[in-house]
Order: sequence, then C-alpha cells, then structure tokens
Amino acid sequence: MSQEDAAKLEAHWSKTRTLMIIVMVIWFIFSFVVHWFAKDLNGSSFLGFPLGYYMAAQGSLAIFVILIALSNWRQNQIDKEFGFDEDE
Amino acid sequence: MKGGFIENLPRIYGLYTGGFIVFCLIMAVFEWMGMSSEVIGILFVAFTIVIYAGIGWLSRTMQVDAYYVAGREVPPVFNGMATAADWMSGASFVALAGGVYFGGHGYLAFVVGWTGGYVLVASLMAPYLRKFGCYTVPDFIGTRYGGNLARFIAVIVLVVASFTYVTAQINATGTIASRALGIPFEVGVWFGLLGILLCSMLGGMRAVTWTQVAQYIVLIIAYLVPVFWMSNKQGFGVIPHFGYGDAITKITELEPLLGLGTPGDAAFTAQLKAEGFKVAVLTTPHNGPAGTALSSWKFVTLAFCMMAGTASLPHILMRYFTTPTVKAARNSVGWSLFFIFLLYFTAPTLATLTKLQLLDPQLPTAIIGKAYEEVAALDWIQKWNEVKMLAINDTNGDGILQLNEFWMRRDIVVLATPEIAGLPYVISGLVAAGGMAAAMSTADGLLLAIANALSHDLYYKIIDPKADTKTRLIVARILLFVIGAAGAGVAMLQLTGILGAVAWAFCFACSGLFFPLVLGVWWKRANRPGAIAGMAGGFAAGSAYLYYVYTGGTPWIGIDHLRFGMIGMPVSLILMIVVSLATEEPDAETQAMVDATRIPKGDTILGSQH
Repeated sequence: MSQEDAAKLEAHWSKTRTLMIIVMVIWFIFSFVVHWFAKDLNGSSFLGFPLGYYMAAQGSLAIFVILIALSNWRQNQIDKEFGFDEDE
Repeated sequence: MKGGFIENLPRIYGLYTGGFIVFCLIMAVFEWMGMSSEVIGILFVAFTIVIYAGIGWLSRTMQVDAYYVAGREVPPVFNGMATAADWMSGASFVALAGGVYFGGHGYLAFVVGWTGGYVLVASLMAPYLRKFGCYTVPDFIGTRYGGNLARFIAVIVLVVASFTYVTAQINATGTIASRALGIPFEVGVWFGLLGILLCSMLGGMRAVTWTQVAQYIVLIIAYLVPVFWMSNKQGFGVIPHFGYGDAITKITELEPLLGLGTPGDAAFTAQLKAEGFKVAVLTTPHNGPAGTALSSWKFVTLAFCMMAGTASLPHILMRYFTTPTVKAARNSVGWSLFFIFLLYFTAPTLATLTKLQLLDPQLPTAIIGKAYEEVAALDWIQKWNEVKMLAINDTNGDGILQLNEFWMRRDIVVLATPEIAGLPYVISGLVAAGGMAAAMSTADGLLLAIANALSHDLYYKIIDPKADTKTRLIVARILLFVIGAAGAGVAMLQLTGILGAVAWAFCFACSGLFFPLVLGVWWKRANRPGAIAGMAGGFAAGSAYLYYVYTGGTPWIGIDHLRFGMIGMPVSLILMIVVSLATEEPDAETQAMVDATRIPKGDTILGSQH
C-alpha cells in the first residue's frame, strides 16, 4: 500500500469515527439521560402525554429510527468522498 | 412474470399480502355463516403454516452460500422485514403489552433497550461484518483473531445464549398450537417444531429469509388490526398512538381512587398458584417512575443490557450477512428498526387503552368497581378463567369487584383484547396466527444460528476442513434437526420460569461477544489473547454472577438476574484491553484485514464460497 493510500484510509476512518462518536452521544442521551430524569420530565407534557412517559414509549424509539437513517446517509457521503463506495 | 425472483419480490409479497387479507375476509364470511370459533382458529393456524412450509420447500438449495447467507441477494427492505420477524418473538408478540400493563414505566426499559440496540448494530457492527463476508458470527471472531480456540469460545457463547432463547420460542409455538388446534401441549410442541423445521431444513438461510418476510406480514397485520379496530370502537380514533396521552392522565388519577398498590388476598393468591394459575394483581402505577437514583439506575442498566445484547445476538447479526452490499446492510438495519418500531410503539398504546377500558367506571367495558356477580357472568371472564389465565374473588365480600380482587396473566392483554372489546372471533384467529408467526420466525432464526455455528465453525473449520459441500450441508441439516429436537425436549419440561427469561439470552450474548465484536473492527490493536480473555472472562463472570443472584445472593446495587450483563461486559472489556496490550500486536496481515473491513469498496475478506 502506498503512503497516499494509507493517508486516505486514515482520513476516511477518522471521519467515520467522528460520525460514530456523534451518533453514540445522541444515542446515549436518548437511551439513558432522558430516562434517568423521567420523573422530572413528567412535569411537562408533549402532545398531551407526560413527557417522561412519552420518551420511553415513543420518543426515544422514533429518534433511534431517524438517527440510523441520518447516520447512514452521512456515512454514504463519507464513503463517496474518498471513493470507497461500492460500484452498483 | 418478467425478470428474476428478486426483481419481482414487491409483486410476490404484494400478492401474498392481498391473498392473506382475502383469506381473513373469507373467514369472516364463514363466521357470519355460523362456522364455529374452533374451526376458524384451526384454519388460521393451519393455513399460514402450510404457506410457510411451501415457501421453505420452494427455497430448497444445495449451494453453500445460499444455505448460509441466502446467496447474499436480499434487498434491504425485505431483509428489514425478515429481521423484524426474526427479532420479535412470541414473547414480544403476546407478552410485551402485558408487561407494560403490569410493569408500568420500569418495563418500558425493555421497549427502549430492544430498539436502541439497533443504533449500535448500524454504527458499530452490521456494515463491517457484511464487508468481512463471514457466514456466522464465530466465523468473524475466528478469522479476525485467528486460531481455533477463539472460534470455539465464540461458538460456546453463541450456543448458550441462543439455546436459552430458543426453548422459550418452541414452548410458545407449542402453547399457541395447542390452544388453536385443540391438541395437548406435548403434541403441540412437536407440531410447532415440525413447522419450524419445514421452513428451515431444506433451504437454510434462504428459506428462513423468505418465510420470515411472510411471517412479518402476518404478525404485523395481526398486531395492528385489533388495536385499530378496538380503538376506533372505543372512540380513541383509528390510530390511537398519538392521542392517548389523556388516557394516561386519566389512569394516573384513577389509580389512588381504586386503591392501587394493595396486594391481593394472600391465601387466595397461594391457592391460585397451587392450582396452576400464572396470574397477578395489578400493583404498579402505570406512569410512576420513582425518580430515585436506584430506580433510574435500574431502568438504564436494563436498557443497556438489552441494547448490547441486541448487538451481540448472532441470529440478528447474521441477517445482515445476506444483503448484496455493505451499503445495503447499513440501510437494512434502518428498515429493521422501522418495522420493529411499528409493533413496539403500539404495545404501550394497547396496554394503556386496555387498562383504561377495565378501570374507567365511565366506560361500559369497565369491570373494576362493578357488581361482582355481573362481572363473574361475563363470557370472556369465564372463558379465560377456565384456561387459568384470569381469576376474580370477592375477598372483602362487599359485592363489588376491587382492583386487588382481579388476577390476570399478562398475556391476556393481547390475547383477550378482541373479546374484551367484543370483536368478531376472526380477529382472535388472526391474533393466534400472528403469535404463531412471531414465535416460529424467531425459533427458525435461532435454530439456524446454532446449527450453522456448529456445522460451519465447529465441524467444517475445526474438525474436518476437507469435508465437501454435500457433506457440510447434510451435517448442517442433521444438526438443525437434533438441536430442534433437543429444544423441544427441554421446552416440554416447561421450565419457563428459568428458560423463559429471554433477558438471560441478551446478557449471555453481550457478556461474551459484545466487546470482542466491536473492538475487532474499531481497535486494530485487539489481538487473539485479548479476545480469548475477553470472551471467556466476560462470559464466565456474567454466568457466575447469574448463579450468585439466582441462588439467593443479594444483588449488588440493583443488578439482578435480568441485568447480569452489567457484570460480564466490564470484565470482558477490561480483560480484553489489558491482555491485548500486554501481548504482541496483531501481525501486518491482520491489520491490513481490519483496514479492508473498514471500507465498503473491494472484495469481502472471506470468499463467497468458503
């Protein structure tokens, strides 16, 4: 592997890693942080639901679906940028 | 039809869905013409199983890559449906809503955990494992870290986790088959196993994939239709999901008035237990997070174990080996979660609406606070009491049914909803078919994961690397049969209290496999001794802790037998890092392999036939 290739791999992986970390932070917030404070959140309401309940029954779930879609979209962009995407 | 099978998939499954709806309508007409509810139940279960078996037969194969990874040609959306069916077990289908009904906010940790895990699968695992080109999860471990020992330990963890899970599924197919077909449970178990094997034996992963898609369609229709119907009938609108907030507030107001929290009469509860009732009185508030550090800790630790378990369970991960490309694998995870989401955000809706119907004195369906004699005369109360899933007892003798005088099994929330709401019997038949589809599809995935690991990793890679294709595929099928029979044998012992603990499967899987899988991709420095120490140490620590709490040990800071992954995972991570750093770094070839795994472009690490 030439040095140029190695540098390209490194740069691609560094962007991929950054994306992964961002995704994990959002995941952490909606998996754990909001539910830790469920009781406090129940003081507010959303669509007529107590917010703490809403997040556990629907909110976090919907955010996970969207999070995967967005991160896939971004990862495909990164792969394309470095020419590492697959020929289809 | 023009074009190949794959191009025509939307059309084929569109026709199938239409056909299934027509079948339901025909059954409705038969019911109207006076056909008995028993016959309708039998027709529903029998018809769907025949269809699955037909798909299994049409997908038969003698190709190694078709058998192990469905020829790697499953489009993302269809793989998403197959994964959703693979994922949602008989327990999710019948018990999830009931869990929320009885467990309140604390139980929602399962709902969050079983969906959030897919974020880990998408970001950390699936695309990379797909690029690797492995047939099984131990195949990745064995190739990335090298050596038969690492592969062998991965096989052990996989077998223990999956077998714990599969007995519960076979048990569920037996229960549903026996109830719908009116046969004894022991016969039902073997009947269920026969259905499961018909779907998987001839075509391996290919057959399981296409039956799972068919099963997803049946199970999601069966879950959603009764909820929409019931909700519309009760005035919550056709799609109640976004508007049931008031119902929660109402339940929260009613709970103290109804004396929630008082346990049922101890003597009567003991009598029920002795008679074989698996029932309970509702005592947990519907929306009452305690707000203490311990209750929050318990919520997040349970959610975390379920998430990491999701990302380590081989029957789920292997579904992403079947897509045509890395990009497709990634997108497929998104579709999987979407299809799972449809059921998971319906379950709390169903639990809330059912609870309100039973509790709210202003609704005609309410039973709490009504005259005891009146409730005792209700059809559905009597029917479910006969099958030992429900009981009432006027303990205080005031002639009124109190909240703590009403015992029920959590499965009722799904199974009895059509009757509580007075829906036609066709809907109950549909629900039975849906439960059967959910249990069969999960059992199929799990059995195949176990049999494939044993046939590919243990037999072919370790015992007899010279075996030819035909022998390998015959061995794979024999193993499938043997493990299925073993699972059915254990399921017949009805040790559900122990083996039904689905959470254990997740904790076993994440204790042993989570970090070796993640670090295999994300940390080049991870090496063979580290992985072996991580797998063996994490799995042993988790299992030892499970033994400790299950035999009566005091749980450490609320980490009970459902959460033993919280012990296994840190041990696994620490051992893996320390041992990897203390030993030599992986050779240049392995490091190049990791580099190649990280980019979608290029050939898979392992050939398409290996």
